[in-house]
Amino acid sequence: MEKHLNLTLHVWRQKNAQAEGAFAEYPARHISTEMSFLEMLDVVNEELIRKGEDPIAFDHDCREGICGTCGCVVKGRPHGPKERTTSCQLHMRSFEDGDHITIEPWRAEAFPVIKDLIVDRGAFDRIIAAGGFITAPTGTPQDANALPVPKQNADLAMDAAACIGCGACVAACPNASAMLFVSAKVSQLGLLPQGQPERYTRVRDMVARMDAEGFGSCTNHGECEAVCPKGITMENIARMNRDFIKASLLYRPEVAAGGAG
Amino acid sequence: MQAADQTLGTPEAQAPGFLTSSVGRKVVMAVTGIILFGFVTVHMLGNTQAYLGKEPFNHYAELLQTMVHGAGIWVFRGVMIAAAGLHGWAALSLSMDNWKARPVGYRAQQMKSATWASRTMRWSGVVLAAFIVYHLLHLTVGSAHPAFIKGNAYHNFVEGFRVPLASAFYIVAQLCLGLHMWHGVWSLTQTLGWVHPRYNKLRRGLASALTLLVVGVNISFPIAVLAGVIK
Ligand code: HEM
Ligand code: FES
Repeated sequence: MEKHLNLTLHVWRQKNAQAEGAFAEYPARHISTEMSFLEMLDVVNEELIRKGEDPIAFDHDCREGICGTCGCVVKGRPHGPKERTTSCQLHMRSFEDGDHITIEPWRAEAFPVIKDLIVDRGAFDRIIAAGGFITAPTGTPQDANALPVPKQNADLAMDAAACIGCGACVAACPNASAMLFVSAKVSQLGLLPQGQPERYTRVRDMVARMDAEGFGSCTNHGECEAVCPKGITMENIARMNRDFIKASLLYRPEVAAGGAG
Repeated sequence: MQAADQTLGTPEAQAPGFLTSSVGRKVVMAVTGIILFGFVTVHMLGNTQAYLGKEPFNHYAELLQTMVHGAGIWVFRGVMIAAAGLHGWAALSLSMDNWKARPVGYRAQQMKSATWASRTMRWSGVVLAAFIVYHLLHLTVGSAHPAFIKGNAYHNFVEGFRVPLASAFYIVAQLCLGLHMWHGVWSLTQTLGWVHPRYNKLRRGLASALTLLVVGVNISFPIAVLAGVIK
């Protein structure tokens, strides 16, 4: 049943990447429990705009949990207190009347704050560009089922591909490690036949890019898995490690002697 | 960055070496961890001979000193020093990278699945390092021992633990070993990729069982001496 809440928000405000930020306190009055968390922020922003103040900047796009654009740390949890939920899917019924809600941006060296709650996640794009793709001839489509894929691999690849790249794993990790994200992308391609030709260069290139971007490394706390809105599991990290070890042990430089044609 | 640089992933140009990569250093930590835990477990089993009395215990100590005409113990020491050194180096360099990766922390962060053991690995590790140095000075070199007699390991063992403060430090160090081991044994299987739904329960179980066994038996030594069971 719909109820109305009066809340106090403690929001990280920061003008731009260079500015010093600080927490500011805002009341959020008469908030319907049927609103989403982002709608609540919209209401608070309307009020700020009416008063001539700068509205709180936050990222969002689809508002239905599929694009991965939204994301802030709500009451100490990335995407808020509910499991398997993005910030846009979080509803105000998850809060109590009178609650104090701390809202912070993702915190990582590799995710610099652009403004308020918005961070630059370009590092993820550069990791994908380093190897998160397959090289395939485009053109006329192949016959269906020309490439047999074991059902289990298809399922595991699909589960890994559910990653929306929101960055909550990095935000939750005490080491700001991106290994859950990177391993999901490595697994999604490495489990399928189309991903095989680049399987072992991909994992090395993506890990190298991940390290160069300044992410930390996994110490197996499991916070990433617990917070992931798409339920990506740490088994993917184990798979990435396995591929990385194999790629490193069996690495050989490209040679073009006999095979050069 | 040029678009061409971004998309043409050439391993030579982009991938740094194994030992500079995060995953590579994690593997070093895991492999040296297996060596160190393997040693701790065998060491514990060997020491249970203290319950058999002076003769068997000193005989065992002599055997260790003289295996392969006395070369064995030096080969073994070399491996242990290398493993401990590499482990400490990997721990330090990864920890420093991890601290750099989160320069600004949260005001309110709530952990959900991290354990006390997983969050104190660095500190339990540092206590273990200090303990190992003390332990060597205490029972191997003898300079930190009140009544050291070279070649009489049993005497050194019993007299060493008769000092309550020394026993207390041993017990604290063992509890740190327990924390480090409980998370470490599980964690190394993840690092090395030994993960499969069929065996995941076993991974936790193995870590718990090994920890209880090693720490339990090790703690029993100073207690047995103080209680007069071993004398
Ligand atoms: C020199 C002192 C030591 C320090 C500073 C240290 C530190 C660390 C750190 C920071 C980790 C990483 C935590 C993680 O990945 O979750 C770790 C993991 C580990 N440590 Fe130690 N440690 C030390 C001594 C030892 C000793 C004496 C043993 C064995 C008896 C040991 C066995 C392990 C194992 C098995 C792991 C798990 C590796 C993995 O996560 O893959 N460590 N240690
Ligand atoms: S706005 Fe698209 S996932 Fe939240």
